[in-house]
Amino acid sequence: MVEPQLHRVTLPNGLRVVLAPDSGRGSSSPGGPPVVGVSVHYDVGFRSEPQGRTGFAHLFEHLMFQGSESLEKLAHFRHVQGSGGIFNGSTHQDYTDYFQVLPSNALERALFLEADRMRAPKITEENLRNQVDVVKEEIRLNVLNRPYGGFPWILLPPVLYSTFANAHNGYGDFTDLEQATVEDCAAFFDTYYAPGNAVLTIAGDIDVDQATDLVHKHFGDVPARPVAQRPSFSEPYPAQELRDRHADPHAPLPAIALGYRLPDPVAELDSYLANVVLAAVLSDGDASRLQQRMVHRESMVVDVHAGAGLMGAPLDARDPDTFTLTAIRTPEVDSARVVGAIDEELERIAADGPTAEELARVTARWSAGLYREHDRLMSRTLDLGSAELVHGRAELISELPSRVGEITAQDVAAAAKALRPDARAVLEIEPASEESSDGGAA
Amino acid sequence: MTRATHRSAEEIGRTELGPRPLPALGEPRSGREPATVDTVLDNGLRVIVARHGAVPMVELRVRIPFAGQDRMHPARAEVLAETLLTGTQRRNRVQMDTDLAAVGGDLHASVDPEHLGIAGEALASGMDTLLDVLGDALTGAVYADDEVAGERDRLVERIAVARSQPRVIAREELQKHRYGDHPFAREVPEAADVGQVTAEEVRELHSRAVVPRGATLVLVGDVDPERTVAEIARHLAGWHSESSAREMPTLPAVQGGDIRLVHRDGAVQSQLRLSAQGLPRTDPRYPALQIANLTFGGYFSSRLVENIREDKGYTYGAHSAFEFTPDSGSILVDADTASEVTAAALLETRYELGRLGLVPPTESEVESARQYAIGGLLTSTSSQSGLASMLATLATCGLGQEWLSAHPDRLRAVTAEEVAEAAWFWAPTAFTGVVVGDAEKLRDQLQALGGVTVP
Repeated sequence: MVEPQLHRVTLPNGLRVVLAPDSGRGSSSPGGPPVVGVSVHYDVGFRSEPQGRTGFAHLFEHLMFQGSESLEKLAHFRHVQGSGGIFNGSTHQDYTDYFQVLPSNALERALFLEADRMRAPKITEENLRNQVDVVKEEIRLNVLNRPYGGFPWILLPPVLYSTFANAHNGYGDFTDLEQATVEDCAAFFDTYYAPGNAVLTIAGDIDVDQATDLVHKHFGDVPARPVAQRPSFSEPYPAQELRDRHADPHAPLPAIALGYRLPDPVAELDSYLANVVLAAVLSDGDASRLQQRMVHRESMVVDVHAGAGLMGAPLDARDPDTFTLTAIRTPEVDSARVVGAIDEELERIAADGPTAEELARVTARWSAGLYREHDRLMSRTLDLGSAELVHGRAELISELPSRVGEITAQDVAAAAKALRPDARAVLEIEPASEESSDGGAA
Repeated sequence: MTRATHRSAEEIGRTELGPRPLPALGEPRSGREPATVDTVLDNGLRVIVARHGAVPMVELRVRIPFAGQDRMHPARAEVLAETLLTGTQRRNRVQMDTDLAAVGGDLHASVDPEHLGIAGEALASGMDTLLDVLGDALTGAVYADDEVAGERDRLVERIAVARSQPRVIAREELQKHRYGDHPFAREVPEAADVGQVTAEEVRELHSRAVVPRGATLVLVGDVDPERTVAEIARHLAGWHSESSAREMPTLPAVQGGDIRLVHRDGAVQSQLRLSAQGLPRTDPRYPALQIANLTFGGYFSSRLVENIREDKGYTYGAHSAFEFTPDSGSILVDADTASEVTAAALLETRYELGRLGLVPPTESEVESARQYAIGGLLTSTSSQSGLASMLATLATCGLGQEWLSAHPDRLRAVTAEEVAEAAWFWAPTAFTGVVVGDAEKLRDQLQALGGVTVP
């Protein structure tokens, strides 16, 4: 496979641009699919929202789709989809992304749409109230009306972390969402949505020179604005095991989540990656240690999952980041036995490390997984953008397989040893009513 | 929330230059059609291999028609799918996963009332191992007693988790409401039935129903199609049977009628699920129906989403989609809405259903939906996994790559008149459905609206 060759431009207003053509500069690939991905990553996520405004970063993401100087409400969606494309946005701990994947003849249109809302979004009271209602429906759908809603990404951080930035609910409390004002939106935009605080990524069927010209044409006159100093969100590791319980009115079975602090994903990347390997050794596939023991041999859990990162993917956030272990357990087995089994398996790996075969397995699956993920243009575009924003190096996404391949058994043993019981969070999910476990509709 | 200095929202929303014109689209470039071989092996298995993409992976999809009338069939089929890849004469469960992992691979089996599906992938260099493990399972799965017992107990708990999901509850209620006790409606087996399944029954089901004749295998990757078909034939040479895979009996047409309100304890949101009869994918009117569907609720820029989400804020997402069997198609409309606005959302949905026929899609609505449908084919099949899944889905209706390649032209040929004709499939009286939610909060308003049976 030919790795996409990356090209970079920084505009005078500070906008960083990453271009990843299917083929080399100057030649549009004749055989590749005629599709293009465009994304903008802004360097602000829900860790930056102020007290009393939980969920604001995500609410604001919705408002960025509600029109801008040249685009009435609904126009953004209609122009993308009417050109044959798809769109979305998502809000993470440290960044917010917006993207389109379209037939490549719509590239200029996508750039126009992104530039217009970076330059002059139209934020109105009516659209704000409408999107508060929509976001509340989103939260009912994904959290309040379903079993294990927000488990563990909303429920675990307040146990593990002590500062508001790291601990609070990034989806937001309804009361906070309802109090959001147009004035808040203006302040948030001017503080965080400057071109110098963003990365524009263009990938797929593009000619680099032509795409660069279009970027200058559409983003060139977005005025430069000051970029606020990014705060550090670091906080000390817990000094003891921290525990909490949460009653889930919809859950039929108890569940448990363990949360541990990870090495700094940017400054200590290789140590972080050792944790990614550790997670796979623990729970990826039937041959993994926790699946074999906890699911199949001892039948104590219905499912178990280990992973680096709070939102389901590693390398998605800056420091501090979280190693999570989650399991839905059978009610006949108490949680102490579940935690005990995890501790024993971590101790074994800390003492002996994984086998050479386990390491080889993880490396092969990781490489294959990345090939596969990056074969989807949407994922490739977004991963390039977030790697450029968080790590300053979009190249990282192609280097990861070889870096993971260099992780040794000793590295993984060290990672396991660092997941200490006396510096972790333990969250238990309890079904609110035991007798409703048939779950059927009356 | 305050910041030291910032502009007002009005100042942010305008520039000196003022609004700018939308750039025109460029000349569309057409992609390369994947080189495809679509053939039937001696054992009756249809094999489709497509050369596509540049990443060194292969994507595999197998679909075996797997219907059954027996009351215990869903439970046995579910246990079979869960244990198919847990051991053969040559490999135990751990060895299967270890061999696949060594080539960056994975295989998963799943079952629904129509099909047993096996999906997986591997590094292209490991295709041999992927096919070997697949062939091993298809011809030599042993269903060891302890594996079956373990999965059976775990399934009982996983079914409880599944049935606590509002979308699963709503789907089951809709299926019962639309199709009664037709086998198509039995998607999640009963926990009590699963508890009774024996390893012997699963082995018997495998030998009777996991058969190649009538099944399809799709493989997509940067591979030589002819040579790959030969490889597949070699690995699956031992898979044969006199019988054919079992297709689902024809579905009855969905009849319009009252919506049924179903109570769910503690619900703060309701699932609105409506359905009407559509057309099979092979019908000449299907492209027009596709465009009508998009205009109604099939994408974000649809009448339904613009109304009940972007104007009223009643829902996070509203959708309209087709569900196909080989010889029929139905329309599914869904939205999840807070209890307080459920009745209002139903009213608006009925309004949009009526409006689609009475005020048919305009030229610009038709054009937008047409471009979205054509572009969607391009973006969704640009990856190897996307093309593999698309070909496997089309194969269940007897279609293949030629149909896919010709479909953009079919969409281009659709006229606004044909879409206006198709729009009548969305007539409010053609629909039935369910609302799952807190009946105490919903009953009075839904009863007042009418056309709803309440508990």
